[in-house]
Amino acid sequence: MSLAKRIIPCLDVDDGRVVKGVQFVDILDAGDPVEVARRYDEQGADELVFLDITASSDNRETMVHVVEEVASQVFIPLTVGGGIRELSDIRRMLNAGADKVGINTTAVNNPEFVRQAAERFGSQCIVVAIDAKQVGENKWEIFTHGGRKPTGIDVVVWAKKMADFGAGEILLTSMDRDGTRDGYDLALTRAISEAVPVPVIASGGVGTLEHLSDGVIEGKADAVLAASIFHFGHHTVQEAKDAMSARGIEMRALDV
Amino acid sequence: MATVAVIDYGMGNIRSVSKALEHVSGETKVIVTREAEAVLRADRVVLPGVGALQDCVSELKRLGLDDVIRETVRNKPFMGICLGMQALLDSSAENGGTEALGIIPGETRHFADQLKTIPGTKTLKVPHMGWNQVHQSTAHPMWQGIKQNSRFYFVHSYYVDFVDDSVVSATTPYGFDFTSVIAQENIFAVQFHPEKSQHAGLALLANFLSWDGSN
Repeated sequence: MSLAKRIIPCLDVDDGRVVKGVQFVDILDAGDPVEVARRYDEQGADELVFLDITASSDNRETMVHVVEEVASQVFIPLTVGGGIRELSDIRRMLNAGADKVGINTTAVNNPEFVRQAAERFGSQCIVVAIDAKQVGENKWEIFTHGGRKPTGIDVVVWAKKMADFGAGEILLTSMDRDGTRDGYDLALTRAISEAVPVPVIASGGVGTLEHLSDGVIEGKADAVLAASIFHFGHHTVQEAKDAMSARGIEMRALDV
Repeated sequence: MATVAVIDYGMGNIRSVSKALEHVSGETKVIVTREAEAVLRADRVVLPGVGALQDCVSELKRLGLDDVIRETVRNKPFMGICLGMQALLDSSAENGGTEALGIIPGETRHFADQLKTIPGTKTLKVPHMGWNQVHQSTAHPMWQGIKQNSRFYFVHSYYVDFVDDSVVSATTPYGFDFTSVIAQENIFAVQFHPEKSQHAGLALLANFLSWDGSN
């Protein structure tokens, strides 16, 4: 017995509201990030990821308030991604109560930013988010702009470089699988997990509870991220943990 | 009104720590401060911290808080969290060697340096990140109501080593059993983050607010 694998529900937040339809029948305001975060916390989520998809930078301050509110009521680790461009953005989110920030496009545009961020704030709070697409047999490339823009950068090479620059964790999303409910890209997940010394979060494509276990057992992921299977009330986080435990994966139980 | 001071020296998640304390504080007032006077006046003191130990120690010294902490640990309940635990030791292997406050004999070392000497641990990731078990090796008032081997949230690349067995209050398995909690007189210092460890973490913080500093 040792370190548990983690389940991380992910919430998309637009101008302070949860979008992509979280549907809990018994929550009065399913658009309220605080309500949704509390629900996942009660269900036993090990961490939460908030992805700020607010288009206008004028409204970024809204996310800071969301993080402040959540962090004063939910006492598990919080990662905030989206719109992190400057060191001051990181400082602002950490001060608001975030534990980690996810850096995606900014890292691609300026890899040195990751090094600076890790030096300033410590690797433990720097998550590099990677959007990957398969471009050949056992070959994946980084894409930006929601999977539309290729960069020519090999994902394995990039993940190693980011860990080397000080990323404390890699959030790996398969853009081929995202939204398909066909399961994680296990070959991709395994390739990255085995290539880097830091923890890897598998993301993109979860449709069943078995997919979560597959991500850990076959993909060698340290943590599994999912959105829709939890949002629509198909499954609770606790059910996911039970299913994973049943396959021999070490999970955190909810009791003290 | 009883008070608990959270030392704010600009390193990381002070707000998370103060919010978690407020959640369980009851009659105790939570003060976030970097003023020596306020720390010395408080009934109990928390030293949090994430990031690099070198920055942590140099900031504490710059703000004149190193001597305040030395004074505090002699006469009131004191809790160190993560870097706030590591700062109490003599030194760290970080950045080729960093002096710490020297309150408790010991050093911090990088996980990778130890894991590479242990067969079969090659797949263990560093940072050690996530919910791991805390095995209570001594009875202590701070453990009241917290089950043996409860999971707490960890995120760190350096761990505490070369401390005397008598001050180890808990260990955690990660390739080997490392010291995750130190207890010595008024000091209770933890490597994990109680402020991020849900029920178990809040229970520990609540215990701290009622602990009188005795063992």
